[in-house]
Amino acid sequence: MAGVAGKFVKSGLLRVQSNGIIQQSHLSTLRELSVGKKAGLVVVGSLIGGAAGLAYTLDQSVKASGLDLHAPHFPWSHNGMFSSLDHASIRRGYEVYKQVCSACHSMKYLAYRNLIDVSHTEEEAKEEAASIQVTDGPNEEGLMFQRPGKLSDRFPSPYPNEEAARNANNGALPPDLTYITAARHGGEDYLFSLLTGYTDPPGGITLRDGLYYNPYFPGGAIGMAQALYNELIEYSDGTPATASQMAKDVATFLKWAAEPEHDDRKKMALKALMLFSFLISVSYYWKRHKWSVLKTRKIVYKPKSE
Amino acid sequence: MSLVAKLYNNVLRRSSTYALAIVTGAFFFERGFDMATEHLYSEINKGKLWKDIKHNYAPAE
Ligand code: HEC
Repeated sequence: MAGVAGKFVKSGLLRVQSNGIIQQSHLSTLRELSVGKKAGLVVVGSLIGGAAGLAYTLDQSVKASGLDLHAPHFPWSHNGMFSSLDHASIRRGYEVYKQVCSACHSMKYLAYRNLIDVSHTEEEAKEEAASIQVTDGPNEEGLMFQRPGKLSDRFPSPYPNEEAARNANNGALPPDLTYITAARHGGEDYLFSLLTGYTDPPGGITLRDGLYYNPYFPGGAIGMAQALYNELIEYSDGTPATASQMAKDVATFLKWAAEPEHDDRKKMALKALMLFSFLISVSYYWKRHKWSVLKTRKIVYKPKSE
Repeated sequence: MSLVAKLYNNVLRRSSTYALAIVTGAFFFERGFDMATEHLYSEINKGKLWKDIKHNYAPAE
């Protein structure tokens, strides 16, 4: 027995150090560094901290916190951790985009095939695509020609280029809407507030011609006129087309366009959380199991008395 | 022989059968787990998913 214990002691792993301070010092790796190296670490640390602080203040300053109105949080049906988008709403939102917004805004990163099994059947998506004309070519004679759209075609843009778009809108550029919910603070909340938030300008504020007052738009003066009015369109599923209904639906549609992986992502979250919470309890048990031997053992040191 | 002992002697004891048990176990576990979570997800989101509204636009296949 003593022999075994002696082996352990000699292994150094368990060798007792009489001085408690020395033992503690092993926990800190800084102790062994020279003064210069320590000073270097301090400098690097403060630089990183300063850069983080600067980035934070710069980010705050572009938010122009103060006078602009922030969109409230709306109770979207996709708010929950495992809540999918409302696909009937996506479909209505597509109708709103097609009949209203597409007059000025492009969605050039979305193709008709993307609608399949999200808001439209394959047949319907083909019909939607066939209703547009696409310039294709060149053909055998080297000429460009027009053909009906196919599933692989992107949504058509209302203007051929940025200059034409600005020219038609008093110099303001209607941004592409494909990723708009990801590109604005507040996402779909901001979008809904913007579309329904038009008011008369408050006293003392006069707007230039072609500008409209919207408290949610940074600065208040926006180059887009109010686009949604009650009964502006007719929904194919019979939902009453109030302005707020259309704003909600088009915001849901644009949320899907910006995050088409939204539903799958939340489904994967559900799976991952379930699986990993099981695995973490297994690894906790496994750790206790393996350590129980180490934690309960006793080492006996018995000096040879004779 | 108890069930556990049988399992140990016939499957878990030999590396070849042990590895095989892991592979087939993973296959069936994943299939079952996917089906269960898939079902849970469509229960949570009943009425909102494409498959819930599809019948309005396409004749049932
Ligand atoms: C008459 C043309 C027109 C229509 C129709 C229109 N917009 Fe706009 N939209 C504009 C213009 C122009 C701007 C740029 C405004 C600016 O920068 O001052 C704009 C800007 C926007 C912005 C960006 C605001 C920001 O924070 O920069 C969003 C979002 C938007 N529109 C959404 C929509 C939606 C959704 C619809 C459909 C319901 C729509 N628009 C219909 C012309 C239009």
